[in-house]
Amino acid sequence: MTMMPRTITTDEPLLAVSGLTKRYGARIGCADVSFDLYPGEVLGIVGESGSGKSTLLSCLSGHLRPDFGRITYDARDVLAMGETERRRLGRTDWAYVHQNPRDGLRMGVSAGGNVGERLMAIGARHYGDIRDKAADWLGRVEIAADRIDDRPTAFSGGMQQRLQIARNLVTSPRLVFMDEPTGGLDVSVQARLLDLLRGLVRDLGLSVIIVTHDLAVVRLLAHRLMVMKGGRVVEQGLTDQVLDDPQHAYTQLLVSSVLQV
Amino acid sequence: MIQIENLSKSFTLHNQGSAVIPVMAGASLIVRPGECVGLTGQSGAGKSTLMRMVYGNYLAAAGRLVVGDLDLVTAAPREIIALRRHTLGYVSQFLRVVPRVPTLDVVAEPLLALGRPPAEARRHAEGLLARLNIPERLWALSPTTFSGGEQQRVNIARGFAHAYPALLLDEPTASLDAVNREVVLTLIEEAKARGAAILGIFHDEAARARICDRLVDVTGFTPRLAA
Repeated sequence: MTMMPRTITTDEPLLAVSGLTKRYGARIGCADVSFDLYPGEVLGIVGESGSGKSTLLSCLSGHLRPDFGRITYDARDVLAMGETERRRLGRTDWAYVHQNPRDGLRMGVSAGGNVGERLMAIGARHYGDIRDKAADWLGRVEIAADRIDDRPTAFSGGMQQRLQIARNLVTSPRLVFMDEPTGGLDVSVQARLLDLLRGLVRDLGLSVIIVTHDLAVVRLLAHRLMVMKGGRVVEQGLTDQVLDDPQHAYTQLLVSSVLQV
Repeated sequence: MIQIENLSKSFTLHNQGSAVIPVMAGASLIVRPGECVGLTGQSGAGKSTLMRMVYGNYLAAAGRLVVGDLDLVTAAPREIIALRRHTLGYVSQFLRVVPRVPTLDVVAEPLLALGRPPAEARRHAEGLLARLNIPERLWALSPTTFSGGEQQRVNIARGFAHAYPALLLDEPTASLDAVNREVVLTLIEEAKARGAAILGIFHDEAARARICDRLVDVTGFTPRLAA
């Protein structure tokens, strides 16, 4: 064999986190969390309720201020940024998909308006362009064009979640935070959403941090996996390796407790 | 292309009295480009464990395990991800896919992941599915409802979609009829001819004799039980 594709890429991490710690008084929210996330990578965070995964996601996405640690995004120190700069990042480069679509959508505004609003927030003004782009994104998340003027209250849970994803991705973010995005959905709807997310990650080169308690979801979606317990990361690695050859006692318990179907 | 030296592995069962079970010691073998090496040994001897270690699915305890230019014993997860995308393919015995994704897209996915144009990737997938005698009316359906043999062929089509320089094959002809068995053996021979290094488990003795250049008995890698 003459040509060997290089297997080692030398690009820089999009997000670098080190020593991130958040306490609630004497109680640990999350402690000493460190990882790198590269462009196009999906990182899954699993653990039971109270393990600190939601606290970690809130600290990373700027909703909660950590007590210690460092977050570097695209070579910029996120925690040293001013409020304005961080908000701009939240509107342009970052997106946040909530578990409950009602938390991420404006329920009184039409589907097209929900998507267009994000564009206007970053300066889009031409109505025709905004509507075209909104229609394009509704199509990508498989919401029929004739529903563009309907309010999300008229949508099913799965459609609302897809609309939330369209609203978040229309501004072409590079980093998406997801909190149990398939949580409240029927399994048939889950599968469709997983396929959609995989395609978007692949085609747009998105980096994603997804918090979930569903091991089947991370196996199909996440490249890498972090297991949290008591606010700390007890194990991290390649997703299938962590699930099939878990090293830590807690991960072994977690994996062996899943019911087989 | 695949180089294994003195590789060892044990499982520690933390929730079962922290039992430590050594499953492999001193494993060594080499697979050169264009060569097919078959793993033999009784059920439970460690054939699948070794294959999983080569794919990075099981962690190695010590030794060297080099595929291309990457040592999997020390590699970072994202290096293994890149290795699997470009260099190392794996046809397992079971198909694991997102439910409801059409068969054609399942087979085209490895090419899409490499950034190939979708039309070209699908055309290539169609060619493979046709060759493996998956009826065209099934291409738009999810393979999760297919028969065992059909799923196996979809899995093989997916595994051969990209011309990986190294391939792991776990019982690729297990549940196939004579016609499809012949197609798969020809695919393997073609992969060897283009220079792929293949490591596999083949219980089908005639197939093994036809495509394997060498056999390695993994019984020699089984750790001796402590007295």
